[in-house]
Amino acid sequence: MNIARVQWPDKVRTGDVVKVRLLVQHPMETGYLQDLTGKVVPRNIIQLLSCHLGNQEVFRIEPSSGISANPFFEFFVRATMTAEFKVQWIDDKGVKGQHLQIFNVM
Amino acid sequence: MNSQHEVMKLESRVRRTALRSLLLAGFAMPWLFGRVVHAQRMNSGSLLSLNDMVQPIVKGAILLNKDLQIEAPLLADNGSLVPIQIQVQSPMSAQDHVTHIYLLSQRNPVTQMAVFQLGPWNGRAEVSTRVRLAGTQEVVALARLSNGEFRYKQMEIIVTESACVDAS
Repeated sequence: MNIARVQWPDKVRTGDVVKVRLLVQHPMETGYLQDLTGKVVPRNIIQLLSCHLGNQEVFRIEPSSGISANPFFEFFVRATMTAEFKVQWIDDKGVKGQHLQIFNVM
Repeated sequence: MNSQHEVMKLESRVRRTALRSLLLAGFAMPWLFGRVVHAQRMNSGSLLSLNDMVQPIVKGAILLNKDLQIEAPLLADNGSLVPIQIQVQSPMSAQDHVTHIYLLSQRNPVTQMAVFQLGPWNGRAEVSTRVRLAGTQEVVALARLSNGEFRYKQMEIIVTESACVDAS
């Protein structure tokens, strides 16, 4: 099951600054809302999400309950070389997620 | 017959005056009718001042209101999903770049909505995400530069449905 999706332009040349769009499927429970039976749903949010391009960490975010469910992020990256783009995250329950994709630079 | 008509006219005039004074009272003394708004609990929490929001992070460093742009809807229908984009004017070179971007909320139970860590490898100091807002409030974007200074920008977003209230 794909629970993270990363997207960037099709053609990337060396030196380009490209926009990376990242979507992670996660409920991001705030810990303030109740379920249908009236019980408070325990907080479960992504604590840390980081993106590596090769060995270089290019983006890191520490979200809180203030980030909406199925968090979506957009940021820019300078394309230097073809490398592996790795997205990693960990949530309150200790569940770790990872997504790998090759970042092709022409 | 005529006198009866006169009485009815008088009654309607009295009612009209009463209605008018009630309306005026509503305008002049909104707290008389303000309780209805509270009962709906559209907004939660209390509003923090800019200093309360910013100082735990800035800790007295130089803070200027410039070089930042926030792009977000002026009126957000649903507080659980408000798209927001932050742009910082910065060359993003090794000497001069943005290291952190903070998203702060005035009313949310958790003030610091997100922290982004950036560096010269990003090429452009621009991030966007989708946030939850607990009602109408000022949202503050705070950027920390590599020389230790801070830049900020405020924007008011009107939220008609708070993220902290269940629709059910």
